[in-house]
Amino acid sequence: MTAALTSESGTGSAVWRRFRRNSGAMIGLVLLVALLLIAVLGPFFVGSPSAQDLAARLSPPSSTHLLGTDQLGRDVLTRVVSGSRISLGIGVSVMLASLLVGSAAGLIAGLLGGWWDEVIMRVTDVFLAFPSLILAMAISAALGPSLTNVMIAVALVSWPTYARLIRAQVLALREREFVEAARALGSSQSRVAFRHLLPNSLAPLLVQGSFDVGNAILTAAGLGFIGFGAQPPTPEWGAMVSETRNYIAQAPWASSAPALAILITVLAFNLLGDGLRDVFDPRKGV
Amino acid sequence: MLTYILRRLALMVLVLWGVTLGAFLISHALPSDPAAAAMGNNAREEQLADFRERNGLNKPLATQYVIYMGQLLRGDMGTSLRTQSGIVSDLRAFFPATLELTLVAVVFALLIGLPLGVIAALWQGRPPDLLARTFALLGGATPVYWLAILALTLFHERLGWLPGPGRLDVYSLPPPTHTGLVLIDSLLAHDTAVFWDGLRHLILPALVLGAYSAALLTRMTRSALLEVLSQDYIRTARSKGLTPSRVLGKHAVRNAALPVLTVLGSLFGSLLTGAVLTETIFSWPGIGGYATTSAISLDFPAVMGVTLIAGLAYSVVNLLVDLAYGFFDPRISFS
Repeated sequence: MTAALTSESGTGSAVWRRFRRNSGAMIGLVLLVALLLIAVLGPFFVGSPSAQDLAARLSPPSSTHLLGTDQLGRDVLTRVVSGSRISLGIGVSVMLASLLVGSAAGLIAGLLGGWWDEVIMRVTDVFLAFPSLILAMAISAALGPSLTNVMIAVALVSWPTYARLIRAQVLALREREFVEAARALGSSQSRVAFRHLLPNSLAPLLVQGSFDVGNAILTAAGLGFIGFGAQPPTPEWGAMVSETRNYIAQAPWASSAPALAILITVLAFNLLGDGLRDVFDPRKGV
Repeated sequence: MLTYILRRLALMVLVLWGVTLGAFLISHALPSDPAAAAMGNNAREEQLADFRERNGLNKPLATQYVIYMGQLLRGDMGTSLRTQSGIVSDLRAFFPATLELTLVAVVFALLIGLPLGVIAALWQGRPPDLLARTFALLGGATPVYWLAILALTLFHERLGWLPGPGRLDVYSLPPPTHTGLVLIDSLLAHDTAVFWDGLRHLILPALVLGAYSAALLTRMTRSALLEVLSQDYIRTARSKGLTPSRVLGKHAVRNAALPVLTVLGSLFGSLLTGAVLTETIFSWPGIGGYATTSAISLDFPAVMGVTLIAGLAYSVVNLLVDLAYGFFDPRISFS
């Protein structure tokens, strides 16, 4: 991995130096580390996200309820913290699933060429022409609204980007000397793919991956908002905004807190993606 | 050129056929019962059987697909399981509202995104750039439905500057339908009052829907222009003594247009996704709301109709974008 990054974008330490100098990327990284800590450790420090205190419904932020309470008297901070696991989980799982499927398809298309390439590329064309949210809604509606089905639905519309990305990388790399040398030394097709082509495509995959985690979180929260995702009382951020939207005039904190949580998380992944792109391809760091 | 367009059109037909097949397989292979969804939980078994018989749901999957494609080739998308009316007529009723909203959102996105991107590039590293980049970052990460709720609460409920949900006031008489677009139909009817009412109703949802696109356009315009401004021919143009505005207008903007155009084409997908969410909040009678209600009630023929129309629109927009490349860069040949 280091060898791959070294050949394409400088030594590992040079990459890290460039990353550190990029203020946006560093802000993104710090935000992400904080979010990860909240998602992993947070739920141990807060109570149950479903605990209700009807006497304290729609209470403004105070020392007992730092982010106030919602229409059922549930602590908004507790729900936002518990929801961070769900949203980050969805984002990362969807990205990994699409990356795996998309990379496999892209590798096959790029390496085997011919009919394989033609068929796989046309299939990606079809999936790209699909309206993603409507497809995801149809799948969620038919399979029943649940978090798993949201993840399946979002992954199904995200993989073609990776397939195209990897295929383009393979086409660009397969004529390079180091790949030709590996072939000349008798390396098998799969060895060329996994030892040479895939590691050298890591940089664009990392960039696309970080943008896609943000996109997946936004799409999944959108599905949650219109009722196709997690069902109440699951503290999914999109569903929380939806549940509390009618109280925005009286209790703006109840819907703004989960919405801001989505915003900050997506922002962190976008900043990281921007930073990684600048670091791996300094010419684009304009 | 003509050969290129014909080849692209043939490819578009292939992709759209793929979309019908994909949508059909997904909607029919999933373990759900549209008959139960349409007839309700209290329906008796014979009622469900009758519904399946009437709508061809009990035929083998391949037969159902052949029947569907046969109908489609005759311009018939089938009947909605929920409304029991023709899907083509449903789409004809709902699509113009989405089209009008999306077009105005694109206009807003261009009016905001392009100048902001240019300003950011010209003042790189200075406060205007910082502001534009902050807008681009926030705009790309804000959930569109939350923005919609905030905008409605602030500009409609609190300040009362703009009207609330819907395309027209309840007291406004909709103009006679020619295009289905309120702005154009009201102008055709010489009804300026309805035109202004329609326009005022469009401002909030279109701004909300266009915000994400405006943010992306700002980013792309800025980075494309910065890339162009660092080229040798710009230095040559400057050293020839051309005024900054002439350098920008004559040399830089045109060359920065290609990447921006690419983004504009790919934005269409996100606009449609945004339209589904925006229409829900603004009670906008478009295909986004239609698709949502259809998906909830497992009305798959309707969902397939929307999918096909969206796929068609996406393919047409991308074809137009590819053709526009030739206009901005005459070196591109369509062979």
